[in-house]
Amino acid sequence: MVKMTGAEALLEALKKEKVNVIFGIPGGAILPVYDMLYDFDIRHILMKHEQCAAHAADGYARASGRPGVCMATSGPGATNLVTGIANAYMDSSPVVALTGQVPRPMIGKDAFQEADIVGITTPITKYNFQVKRASDIPKTVKTAFYIATTGRPGPVLVDLPKDVQTETAEMEFTDNIEIRGYKPKHDPHPLQVKKATEMLIQAERPVILAGGGVILSNASSELSKISELLMSPVTTSLMGKGCFPENHPLSLGMVGMHGTVAANKLILEADVLLVVGLRFSDRTTGRLDMFCPDAKIIHVDIDSAEIGKNAKVDLPIVADAKKALETIYQLLIQQVKKKEDSPWLKRVQELKEQLQNRANNNKTGLKPSRLLEDLRKDLPEDAIVTTEVGQNQMWAAVHFKAYRPRTFISSGGLGTMGFGFPASLGAKVACPDKPVVDIAGDGSFIMTEQDLATSVLENIPVTVIVLNNSMLGMVAQWQRLFYNRRYSASELKGIPDFVKLAEAYKAQGFRVESLDEFSEVVKKAIKSDVTTVIDVPISPEENVLPMVPVGLGLKDMIWE
Amino acid sequence: MAKEESHVIAAIVEHKPGVLYSVSNMFRRRGFNIESITVGPTEQGELARMTITVNGDERVVEQMIKQMRKLIDVVRVVRLDPSNTVIREMALVKVHTSDARARSDIINYANIFRARVVDVSSETIMVEITGDSDKTNAFLELMKSFGVEEIARTGITALSRGAKSVRME
Repeated sequence: MVKMTGAEALLEALKKEKVNVIFGIPGGAILPVYDMLYDFDIRHILMKHEQCAAHAADGYARASGRPGVCMATSGPGATNLVTGIANAYMDSSPVVALTGQVPRPMIGKDAFQEADIVGITTPITKYNFQVKRASDIPKTVKTAFYIATTGRPGPVLVDLPKDVQTETAEMEFTDNIEIRGYKPKHDPHPLQVKKATEMLIQAERPVILAGGGVILSNASSELSKISELLMSPVTTSLMGKGCFPENHPLSLGMVGMHGTVAANKLILEADVLLVVGLRFSDRTTGRLDMFCPDAKIIHVDIDSAEIGKNAKVDLPIVADAKKALETIYQLLIQQVKKKEDSPWLKRVQELKEQLQNRANNNKTGLKPSRLLEDLRKDLPEDAIVTTEVGQNQMWAAVHFKAYRPRTFISSGGLGTMGFGFPASLGAKVACPDKPVVDIAGDGSFIMTEQDLATSVLENIPVTVIVLNNSMLGMVAQWQRLFYNRRYSASELKGIPDFVKLAEAYKAQGFRVESLDEFSEVVKKAIKSDVTTVIDVPISPEENVLPMVPVGLGLKDMIWE
Repeated sequence: MAKEESHVIAAIVEHKPGVLYSVSNMFRRRGFNIESITVGPTEQGELARMTITVNGDERVVEQMIKQMRKLIDVVRVVRLDPSNTVIREMALVKVHTSDARARSDIINYANIFRARVVDVSSETIMVEITGDSDKTNAFLELMKSFGVEEIARTGITALSRGAKSVRME
């Protein structure tokens, strides 16, 4: 037992969780913690908006696999975190949010800067706490990190009334926590694994569909082993992008609303579908009753509530993806030899080749597809790419091949415009030796650009590529295709000047006019120790294709 | 269309503030309808018991149970088998009548239903009835003809028969 204040106990507890960086903004109700932080060996990164603090913590978590921590004051500080917390929740990202709260006697009195952040975040956190006594802090922090990082990860919020931060108490730091209602199940059921193995052995046209869960459980190598043993092609959701190298001959790229032609066509031909760590989002499946109606579906997920939530599956396996895949592989390898050739493999190769030949035509000028293919060539394999949301994101998903897990970071479930840039800052803090690039659109970047100041002041150099069509591009695309070209409130008209904007923050800004110039600037930017914004003017008429219109099945894909 | 039926779910939950909110909020946000919900302490002090009656087809009810289990403060969830469960609800009904004949009828009906008269004033008579929902509904329906002033129902609570239990060891 050690006597200390709540604020000190909080920071000690964070250190025990190996936290070495916090993204945050101070304010009245969290000042005791900030005062303690002044002498403490934890890096604090002062963000310019709390939403960015949450996104940065999220980006940090996704890039590193370790929990990200953000901190804000009570009231508006806490409510500004909400979008970032919801984003982390939808994408199962381990974020721990710390919020100040008005002192205990003021709670419920509508005090200045009071917000019921526990009530507000209940449906968008895995769990949340309001700490009622300083002596509860060590155990609460331990529990918060345990819940955030185990099972299906997710954000946890800890709300700290100001007088709890200043209260002195005997603190007991323990590693033993017992949560009656939370026992994540990791090991797959042997019988289910056996059945899955039999289904996979008998499959003539297997396809593996991998989601974000494969990345979260670090199961990429197990996935690759199964794919290569069975010669099964692999497609991913947006969240799964990077879990299987997209330059691999068996990779089909992303499936879904803006999936690749190969993925959307071949998945419908599968007779057995091995789905891992994926929640059958509408953006991934298209119309559900038209999604692989003839395939037998094996669904591996650590969250039993995902089984049967959206799609009907033939064989559920509730388990950690890594453990499940490893067990399946061990059983498979006892029974099958690597398939060198099959009609299915031939079909996959032929279709991929055919599509490649088509794609090589007419790609000149500043076309997003060409820009992103060039960007891939200019970046090292381990470079981290984040995206904003909208056309930029879907172009990146289709045309930028991710080679490694945790190198493609995007707001999947919530679709949060403005996520990519602060997430890139978090990723760069987690991986300072890797180049980090935010693939942005003008509409998204403007939502969180103020944190250019953070990147400069805190010395976090990243590269922002603004695919600038002077439009809210995805909105405009839908208006073009489904609303008779009536561009209601979707024109941004080239404001602001992103070069000058970058310069205003003492970052570098470039506008490029050609592919050569683009490559040249990118190569310089990723080596620079200053954040670089590259403004790339593109045609406002450019659509993201392929596209499966909402309410239709994958077979109804428009691709030309 | 899959068949919609009434189901009774029993849950053991942490007995602390905010748990009822997180459970009911999950039902609301996922578009599940609660017919009734009752909460009370258990023989184990730090745990409470919730009895939730819901309407839905098999798949929806299964999802409800899984989503409940996912909540950290929910320790155990069991769907009770109606054929092997004692299900009870209590209702208080106040009838406004000073007519002596009506009052005597009410008392007779109460006796038939094994209900009890718990309060009488010159203008009103209050009856307490306990039973399953069908019995309670039938009695309340009967009372309507006398002019019901107010009804308060507790919602359903339930326990499995025999040795089976939801209790946490």
